[in-house]
Amino acid sequence: MRRGSFLEHVAWTGGGIAYALGSGGLLTGRAVAGAEGTVEFVQISDSHIGFHQAANPDVGATLQMAVDAINAMPAQPAFVVHTGDITHLSTARQFDDARAILSKLRAPLIALPGEHDVVGNDFNAYLANFKIPHSTAGGWASWDASGVHYVVLLNVFNFEKMGLLGSDQLGWLEKDLAAVSPATPIVVFTHVPLYALYPEWGWTTEDGTKALALLRRFDNVTVLNGHIHQIVTHQEGNIRFASADATAYPQPKPGAAPKPGPVTLPRGDLLRAIGYRTVEIDDGQVRLQDRAFG
Amino acid sequence: MSGMKQLLPLALAALLTGPAVASPAAPEVNIKDDAYNPKTLTIVAGQTVTFVNADDDAHTVTAIDGSFDSRGLDTGDVWHHAFTKPGTYRYFCELHPFMKGAIVVKAVGS
Repeated sequence: MRRGSFLEHVAWTGGGIAYALGSGGLLTGRAVAGAEGTVEFVQISDSHIGFHQAANPDVGATLQMAVDAINAMPAQPAFVVHTGDITHLSTARQFDDARAILSKLRAPLIALPGEHDVVGNDFNAYLANFKIPHSTAGGWASWDASGVHYVVLLNVFNFEKMGLLGSDQLGWLEKDLAAVSPATPIVVFTHVPLYALYPEWGWTTEDGTKALALLRRFDNVTVLNGHIHQIVTHQEGNIRFASADATAYPQPKPGAAPKPGPVTLPRGDLLRAIGYRTVEIDDGQVRLQDRAFG
Repeated sequence: MSGMKQLLPLALAALLTGPAVASPAAPEVNIKDDAYNPKTLTIVAGQTVTFVNADDDAHTVTAIDGSFDSRGLDTGDVWHHAFTKPGTYRYFCELHPFMKGAIVVKAVGS
């Protein structure tokens, strides 16, 4: 890790002061512009363990960079969420390799499946390795923590028509949200974007509008997803969307290339195009900070 | 293997029927740049199609009607599937659902 990014990594500790080891081994502090709050959780995504092409010949090493950076945070987050595509092709070996790296996280891990983790529409390989806490039989989940209502939605099955939630999950979501007051901040995790980000490349959820209709009555909704290997933000009323960088490799901006496949960059540029996201929740406000590896 | 037994009559049928059935001797679909090439491949019943993933990403060959599924094909992987019954078989990539292809299977001698 470069020194500059280490300074950045320790800059969340609050109080407006960041500390770093100086050349003599002494702790040195520096003022940080704007007091930052405490990181509530960290999002990582799209690690594609098992991928070994030019766009990133060592995806294990870059996932390890995320784990190391998160473990180095002086105040550990309440949890780390992985928003899917942990593996490249759902094989037992790939899940083993991914779990070996992710199990080193100091904070609890909540790992969602992506479509790459359920190849063949088969949930079993994923379930043998990861489990979402509080999850229902279908795999989706919700829980309350620190005044926030968290929801995990799965939109990676029956992929022929792009992302799909299905009537069972939508019915569950309606009941789940019925008990939540409109002032409660809602944070939703999905793999595929819930809105029509770029349907031409499958970057959409076919019945996502039905979920968004249920979320519209809340004052403050944040939907965090992966799948598209880049940061894209979007707002619809009180619902804010933010796709995250991958830990593996970037994909082109929507429509900027003939195909959405992996983009190969020089190493330094790759590390600037992949990373992780810290999320602060302060007085109900959800603040995102994307942090590249390079 | 029943597929082998059918090869000879198939070759004869292809010779006899001429260009009406333009099926290649070794039908192949090449996967490259998030696309199946050719997008539509015509064969005769009993032929086996070879799917080659020559792309830098993983793909699948998954029948929309559920009748076949390659599961994950990594870069360089090859998958074979025999089509025994005439019909049009549409398929897609489970990882990239905008990728679509079709195998048109003609009856022998049609």
